[in-house]
Amino acid sequence: MIPPVAGSLARFQDAFARALLAPEAEPASSVSALAAQPAFAVYRNTVMKGCIDALQANYPAVARLVGEEWFRAAAAIYVRESLPADPTLLRYGAAFPDFLARFEPAAELPYLPGVARLDRLWTEAHAAPDEKALDPAAVAALAPDALAGVIVRPHAAARWAWFEEAPIYTIWSRNRADSTPGADIDWRPEGALLARPRDTVEWRALDPAGCAFLDACAAGGTLGRAAYAALEMRADADITQLMSTLLASGAFGQLTFINRQSAEDQI
Amino acid sequence: MTTVPSAGLGLKPQHFDAALACPAAGLWFEVHPENYLVAGGPRLAWLEAIRARHPVSLHGVALSLAADAEPDPGHLGRLGELVNRIEPVLISEHLAWSTWRGAYHPDLLPFPRTGEALLRITDNISRTQDALRRRISIENPSHYLKIESHAWGEIDYLAELARRTGCSLLLDVNNVYVSARNLGYSTEEYIDAFPGALVAEVHLAGHSRDPNLGESLLIDSHDAPVSPEVWALYERLIRRIGPRPTLIERDDKLPDFATLFAERQRAEALMRVPLAEAA
Repeated sequence: MIPPVAGSLARFQDAFARALLAPEAEPASSVSALAAQPAFAVYRNTVMKGCIDALQANYPAVARLVGEEWFRAAAAIYVRESLPADPTLLRYGAAFPDFLARFEPAAELPYLPGVARLDRLWTEAHAAPDEKALDPAAVAALAPDALAGVIVRPHAAARWAWFEEAPIYTIWSRNRADSTPGADIDWRPEGALLARPRDTVEWRALDPAGCAFLDACAAGGTLGRAAYAALEMRADADITQLMSTLLASGAFGQLTFINRQSAEDQI
Repeated sequence: MTTVPSAGLGLKPQHFDAALACPAAGLWFEVHPENYLVAGGPRLAWLEAIRARHPVSLHGVALSLAADAEPDPGHLGRLGELVNRIEPVLISEHLAWSTWRGAYHPDLLPFPRTGEALLRITDNISRTQDALRRRISIENPSHYLKIESHAWGEIDYLAELARRTGCSLLLDVNNVYVSARNLGYSTEEYIDAFPGALVAEVHLAGHSRDPNLGESLLIDSHDAPVSPEVWALYERLIRRIGPRPTLIERDDKLPDFATLFAERQRAEALMRVPLAEAA
């Protein structure tokens, strides 16, 4: 069946990998005799189930919203488009939110890609490097005129997103496994902050000023620059309150001082 | 387990608290490293807490040693970092492939055991051992397909890989049973012919019947207790080669920790029967 000549192993693997995802074996391929055996289905089923199980584990709020049957049918289509590139299946499905955004049967659920993005941010926060969250006391101890000139990096596990089109945070947080149904949802834009200040990922709603503040911090801006960005987004933003909320959420990691002149240049 | 071989358990997150608290002498745990190749967070903290109390073995499913390509350097690098962090007592992988041209197929896929593949796998095992600076063990996978282009028998192939690379072997007794039943050869003859001196670890697990084909196709499903036939083969094996670190694997339909621990105790007890008495 397979002559033992140089390169035959690669050809075998090309044909076998194709047959795994094809509903029917290619008649002329080097593995057609294998794919015709009933037992070939064991490999087809195991590969497909492994990928779908991983997507279901990585996108629990999406799965809960659409139901297991719908989810697994959609996931099977995604798997055929995009097998895992990495055997750590926790990382599988980075493109699944984009897939849902262009997936015709999901068109009636326009909030689904946003919910998927928050599921993905949860996974990123969960597996991010360990880092001690910035102690609020370290910021409180700064002289008021020094505050605007320091740079605070977002915590390695902090993730945030603003959703202009729907109350994604409320829909998502109500569909994580351990949440309970709440009152009717107020249809408005929402943002979310996910962080891992201690052992596990925690989350809270975040307004657009907060998102702009963290975007500026992530870009390496000073606290002064971040405050400016927040006020640009919402002229009435309460920066003191925002800082205190972000600190209490564990959104910050390293604090560094830069010299006064470059701080002023930034602003 | 470095002195007296003992029995261990495959570990799932659901059993973390019970596993951490279990005081049994010689108890060790095995995990799939792929689930822990992350930068930080609770998964790694959990594994490190277990490691602080019990020996841990890393049993890989994704190095794809039988692919006609080198192991993915990114994956191998992350595995090396985990090995440095956890300092596992054993590291193992499979005589199979899964990653091919950048795509990971979550299964242990078969290939024709040819001389060409032997050269490639020898090179891949050597690269892995060099990168990890450790000897690894290679496991016999479960077989479902009749592949007529095998140029080598599985035992000779594994022994030759061990001879060429210095790797040891992991003998999965349930895989022997499933494969022999599916492909129609003698389980006893396979167990009796396996080179005992190369066996660094033994795996025991449960299997199931294919939902459509029934008894004619057994699936290595790890979703049931170890079967009586596999226990009998295990006993036959260790009476011949002596005790070896032995793992109870369970991945699906997970029972409580005590139920799995009872299976572990059974393996432990079988290993403690003196060879003279057993003979």
